[in-house]
Amino acid sequence: MGRRLIEEIYRTESRRVLATLIRLLGDFDLAEEALHDAFMAAMEQWADEGVPANPRAWLVSTGRFKAIDGIRRRARFDASLSELAARIEAAATDSAEQDEEGVEDDRLRLIFTCCHPALPADAQVALTLREVCGLTTEEIASAFLTRAPTVAQRIVRAKGKIRDARIPYQVPSRADLQDRLDAVLCVIYLVFNEGYSASSGTSLTRHDLSAEAIRLGRLLVELLPEAEAMGLLALMLLHESRRAARTDADGELVLMDEQDRSLWNRDQIDEGSALVGRALASRRIGPYTLQAAIAALHAEASSAERTDWAQIVGLYDVLARADPSPVVELNRAAAVAMRDGPEAGLALIDAILKRGDLADYQLAHSARADLCRRLGRTPEARASYQRALELTRQEPQRRFLERRLRELPNGV
Amino acid sequence: MRYLCLIYDEEKKVGGMSKSEADAFMGEYFAFTEGIRKSGHYVAGEALQPVQTATTVRVRNGKVSTTDGPFAETKEQLGGFYMIEARDLNDAIQIAAKIPSARLGSIEVRPVVDFTKEREDRERQQQAQQV
Repeated sequence: MGRRLIEEIYRTESRRVLATLIRLLGDFDLAEEALHDAFMAAMEQWADEGVPANPRAWLVSTGRFKAIDGIRRRARFDASLSELAARIEAAATDSAEQDEEGVEDDRLRLIFTCCHPALPADAQVALTLREVCGLTTEEIASAFLTRAPTVAQRIVRAKGKIRDARIPYQVPSRADLQDRLDAVLCVIYLVFNEGYSASSGTSLTRHDLSAEAIRLGRLLVELLPEAEAMGLLALMLLHESRRAARTDADGELVLMDEQDRSLWNRDQIDEGSALVGRALASRRIGPYTLQAAIAALHAEASSAERTDWAQIVGLYDVLARADPSPVVELNRAAAVAMRDGPEAGLALIDAILKRGDLADYQLAHSARADLCRRLGRTPEARASYQRALELTRQEPQRRFLERRLRELPNGV
Repeated sequence: MRYLCLIYDEEKKVGGMSKSEADAFMGEYFAFTEGIRKSGHYVAGEALQPVQTATTVRVRNGKVSTTDGPFAETKEQLGGFYMIEARDLNDAIQIAAKIPSARLGSIEVRPVVDFTKEREDRERQQQAQQV
């Protein structure tokens, strides 16, 4: 009975078992302890008796038994605990026998609880990565360039909040589902973006986080095939498909119009495009699906020139109505520049900047600089590149902007 | 990963317990230790004699000097430690919260530096030199 087999079972089953134990025991900390004890018991018992037919059910019932046992032992010092043990025992026997569907529901319960809007955003992210994905506190801290004690405290506080505020461990009702799902999608997209385009630091891409976000997105689509969940998964896959082309051999940033499209990952594009199709067919089209549809048009074009810019502008128009934001307007302006020429795009960007909305947004200034460069308005291009440079916190971005500045024709 | 849980107690508080209180407190400690042994978290652990038994040693300019007691006067004193093996910091915090003294004093949880990589590097270098 190999240790490796148990490790494999831990990898595939521990999150499911944890999700069910949280429901049965009504407490994150108790459930984590029970999960640990169940695997300890498995190491001993499975060595002699072999792996049971249904290891997941075995782990759940062993974990539950160990938890009750542990509470009983501690109750010797704290009488209030014996009541808790009795309550858990009673509650658990009612629902101990869970069918597969029930267990899958537990995973959804866990996701919705970790992404509960009563928790601060950074706590939602940390809790989801630790409890749903099984990352360690230290791994989360290093991925987000934070200190481990900071992440640990976020998690401790979040669990305390769930306990004290009695945040229910359930999948939201149909009426609340849309809002609550938005919160979950937001957490997943945040994790993805942190991995795809790190907000600071020397590495442009922290691949593991993006991969984790895609895994989460897949899990969500599997458990809850809502249109926007598919839209988000599609969006992440379509972005991810360009990863190999986004940086050159020296680690320098390559913009989409200059990327070697043969490096784009076809499998991811196909999967993403198919998901866009499914999401659009549902007729409940939201912002993630629209963004994914735009990304799919890019992915399917053989070059920047051959991209269907008219349709992209059209999709941005819909997106700007569904989810109005200056960043959407900026992206729309860039698409208009491709459809109608740089002058038209520049006018739109200048209008946005004039409102002061994106005055400190690096990409607005670098987009403006790029259009000025193409129009031969060198001094304006230089000023905008410089402004973008002041705002960037990311090393590859900084080098990219410096290169663009150097490449501008000298003089006026 | 390994974590050192440093246990800080107010010696006055612990010393001021009645016999039955002190017995119960000890009983809790034994039960806690037994629990983390069973769960596989336990690596090592000891209780320390009171702070007045401490001697602080320094070497300056090759001369050994000693002073009584610890470095600084504090309200809480280091009274013992557990070395534990835990999955991550939150796991370690969860275990530390169950140390009986966590209710009276405080527990400082410190991750242990893992020198495995450095040691392996050094061994590889030494082997390379021998070749």
